[in-house]
Amino acid sequence: MKKSKILIGAAVLTIAGFFAIAADHIDAPAVAGGTSDITDIYAFQGEDNNNIVFVANVQGLISPADTDAAAFDENVLIEFNIDNDLDAVADLVIQATPRDGKMYFFGPIAPSQSGLNSTILSSSATMNDVDITAYGANAIVETNNGMSFFAGPRDDPFFMDFFRYGDIIAGDETMFSDPGTDTFAGTNVMSIVVELPKAMVGSGDSVNIWVESKRKQ
Amino acid sequence: MKFNNIKLAAIALLVSFSAYNCSDDDDTPTGPTGPNFTGTYAQEDQMGRPAINTVFVDMEDKDAFNTTIPSNQNAAFQSKFEAKLLALNPGYTTNALTWDAPTFTGALATDVLTVSLTGTTTFFDGTNVLTGRALADDVISTELLLIFGGPMGTDNPGLSDDNVDSNDKAFLTSFPYLATPH
Repeated sequence: MKKSKILIGAAVLTIAGFFAIAADHIDAPAVAGGTSDITDIYAFQGEDNNNIVFVANVQGLISPADTDAAAFDENVLIEFNIDNDLDAVADLVIQATPRDGKMYFFGPIAPSQSGLNSTILSSSATMNDVDITAYGANAIVETNNGMSFFAGPRDDPFFMDFFRYGDIIAGDETMFSDPGTDTFAGTNVMSIVVELPKAMVGSGDSVNIWVESKRKQ
Repeated sequence: MKFNNIKLAAIALLVSFSAYNCSDDDDTPTGPTGPNFTGTYAQEDQMGRPAINTVFVDMEDKDAFNTTIPSNQNAAFQSKFEAKLLALNPGYTTNALTWDAPTFTGALATDVLTVSLTGTTTFFDGTNVLTGRALADDVISTELLLIFGGPMGTDNPGLSDDNVDSNDKAFLTSFPYLATPH
């Protein structure tokens, strides 16, 4: 009895430690595996060097069999936060939220309030939308005033030997294997991609960005 | 009989009340409307640099880290990050960026991703450091190297690279850049 309890406790601990890894996939109990779980964000210069690209991926580890049924949540708002004076406070936001098969985008625009709560700035911000690309279909891209938009399932671009890292943290292994095994190979995410002119996000040498997911109350 | 009358009167009142309510609804404009974007949205998750919450935040703090705005994260988490760094690598002195433990964890605790608007955007490409995050960047090996690799990047070779160096699908050169799903 005691022994089995200890074993179960150890197993729970191992699983908890094991899954709380990866870029930001299933990073915390409140969001793990849910529709607001951010897996990764990316920010890089576009094919057009005057542009910057922001990527927010949510809902990690979607198997190919489950991808057709995967969907963005209409109660979840994804916010790209842009800090262009490097004080870690958002000066601009780009908001993205789905409605009835389309992803709607608002901004970039100054947020109405700082902090943890947001309202969608649908009455004041520039609005754009793009049809959400279905699984297996060619990517649908909407371009308007120099900004481009995409939303839909994509290959998870993240790669890591996640299982081996878990083994090391758990004390079951002392080093990575060579070659390692990409735990995220063959899995998909729900992806939101925005490209826009650099001049729309800041005039300095750099900006700070982060992505927040927020749920309708 | 009387009782039935009372019942009927009560029903009549109820009907007229609900009918009135119905007609009251008609005061709201009808016809085609756009999607509804009203309401308050409360934060659940956030992310700047890769793997920060997962590597540096203790299980009991993970939800709190996701709901602490970046400008408050340093005060709330820097010392905890430093303790975690020294737990992961008890021999940590400095790393390849010459950062000691307080400097390194101070930089990481404010979880925002700095992105250059003037040049190469990469987490680390051998030359440029922390100027963005491109899809192909081997961010995990970069972080492992900074945590375990020591000042020359040569310490703990078995822990400073996970030996997965690239994605399983090629990225696109054009928008939307990410590869098609599996």
